[in-house]
Amino acid sequence: MDAINITSLTKKYDKILAVDKINLTIKKGEIFGLLGPNGAGKTTTLMMLSTLLKPTSGKATVNGFDVMREPAKVRESIGMVFQDPSSDEMLTGYENLKLHALMYDVPLKDINRKINDVLALVDLNERKKDIVKKYSGGMRRRMEIARGLLHQPQILFLDEPTLGLDPQTRERIWDYIENLAKNMNMTIILTTHYMEEAENLCDRIAIIDHGKIIALDSPANLKRALKGDTVCLKGKNLFIDRLRKLPFVKKVAKSDGFVQLTVENSAKNLQKLLETAGEVESVEVHSPDLNDVFLHYTGKEIREQEGDDMEQLRVFTRVRQSK
Amino acid sequence: MSMKKQQASETGRANSKLRKIAKGVYAIWYREVKVFLREKSRLISALFMPLIWFFIFGEGIGSIASVPGNYNHFIFPGFLVMTIIFSSLFNGAYLVWDKKVDFLKGVLVSPLSRTTIFTGKVVGCMTDAVVQAMILLIVGIFLGIPFTFISVILTIIMLFGLALGLVSLGLIIGSFMESPEGFGLVASFVVYPLFLLSGALYPLENLPHWMQVVTHINPATYAVDGLRSIIIHQSSMSYLSNLIIILGFDIILILIGTWAFNRMKL
Repeated sequence: MDAINITSLTKKYDKILAVDKINLTIKKGEIFGLLGPNGAGKTTTLMMLSTLLKPTSGKATVNGFDVMREPAKVRESIGMVFQDPSSDEMLTGYENLKLHALMYDVPLKDINRKINDVLALVDLNERKKDIVKKYSGGMRRRMEIARGLLHQPQILFLDEPTLGLDPQTRERIWDYIENLAKNMNMTIILTTHYMEEAENLCDRIAIIDHGKIIALDSPANLKRALKGDTVCLKGKNLFIDRLRKLPFVKKVAKSDGFVQLTVENSAKNLQKLLETAGEVESVEVHSPDLNDVFLHYTGKEIREQEGDDMEQLRVFTRVRQSK
Repeated sequence: MSMKKQQASETGRANSKLRKIAKGVYAIWYREVKVFLREKSRLISALFMPLIWFFIFGEGIGSIASVPGNYNHFIFPGFLVMTIIFSSLFNGAYLVWDKKVDFLKGVLVSPLSRTTIFTGKVVGCMTDAVVQAMILLIVGIFLGIPFTFISVILTIIMLFGLALGLVSLGLIIGSFMESPEGFGLVASFVVYPLFLLSGALYPLENLPHWMQVVTHINPATYAVDGLRSIIIHQSSMSYLSNLIIILGFDIILILIGTWAFNRMKL
């Protein structure tokens, strides 16, 4: 049995198609990433899979249970870590986990031991008696990941697990997630708009844009599929049309102030390319990363979303401070 | 499977379902009460606001009011009811807040049914409200309000009855509202009429007819009347009739509340 099976799943808000007929199968034990810019439909998909949102049409099963017809069974078998903090700031870390254990019917005699186990997993045992308000953003996220694990779900959903965290904390959280998948054979489904996160962590990725899955494979295969290196040209009045006609140029994408090309055998063809391009100010060649993959499929850069990122961070801190 | 075994497994399933509901209600109650006890400012303001009103009204209006007996004794039940009205309805604001900070999402993604969550919320908030009123009650004993052991017990029962319905009312309003500010606005339209038209401060007999009609659909009226019947032995109805009417309000408000919780969107 697959962990998740999605057929033609759709969510429509008034006139906006947030999720547009996606089909997807996720295997047991996989770390699966939904990669895309903000507003692409990642979180909406996660909300439908966790039964918090009713699909407009289509079908989805989670652990074999239909999200529409057996929502309680779906909820029993999954763990969820939301993008925004969802623990109670006025309770201690321990109390938040106890609350969760009771809601998930963890046997009373096991509650204390299980809480200590998951807290040890995320190195939070020493701070368990502090109220969550005193935690840093990273600690709070770790506590919420521990909470998601407490009832030993078969599938763990993580919505932007490292949003707004510093790079060091981010890498630590990646370690925890990897260990979970390896040691507990848990299926992990995460959304992210960080390329490094998708690349480092995920076995397979679905690239989502405007509610549609536009590419689906392992990070390595996705990059390989571009069949070429990325050449970035900067300059005024470049002859883009001429570049397009070159036989070894696979794809041309114009972005703000530069042109990005997918070029076969760039070492051999670079000189020809530069001769054709016109007045080049700078040139950069690198083997493709996921950002190039994204650009290749959508014609735009995922990096353009970084501004929104800061916006989300501000909302995050505001919510934390205002209570 | 033999009949007996089948029956046993069916009772087992029913038991496990019941256990899950009980643990769920306890979980939500645990959270409400823990947070309440930790926020000292809530406890303190819940105690001092009615006391300030009590002294100002007792001295100010007491000097001109013509009620039989001691005016302070006459209005004290009203301030117990006031504590319940304010703290019960205020819980709706916490619900709006829970929605806003995503705490509620975390609860709704758990296997608990919405009805279980609603029940836990009601039981928890009711505990908070009655604890606040009981602190005032203890202060009242020291202020010389003529309580007896029996009347204290009956008072607490009445306050629980009133809180049950009003917490539900607060949660109903909260389930429809999206911002705490919006909630505050709507709630103040409900809170003040509930309090001022409950007979807490003055007898209701002399009010114009249409206002009297409003007082009759106000559960707080019956709580005030019921409390007066046992504390100062002046009332228009008996304690028991008042309590039964309040329980009627409770049932209606709980049913609407359950419905509102089940349709609530995030």
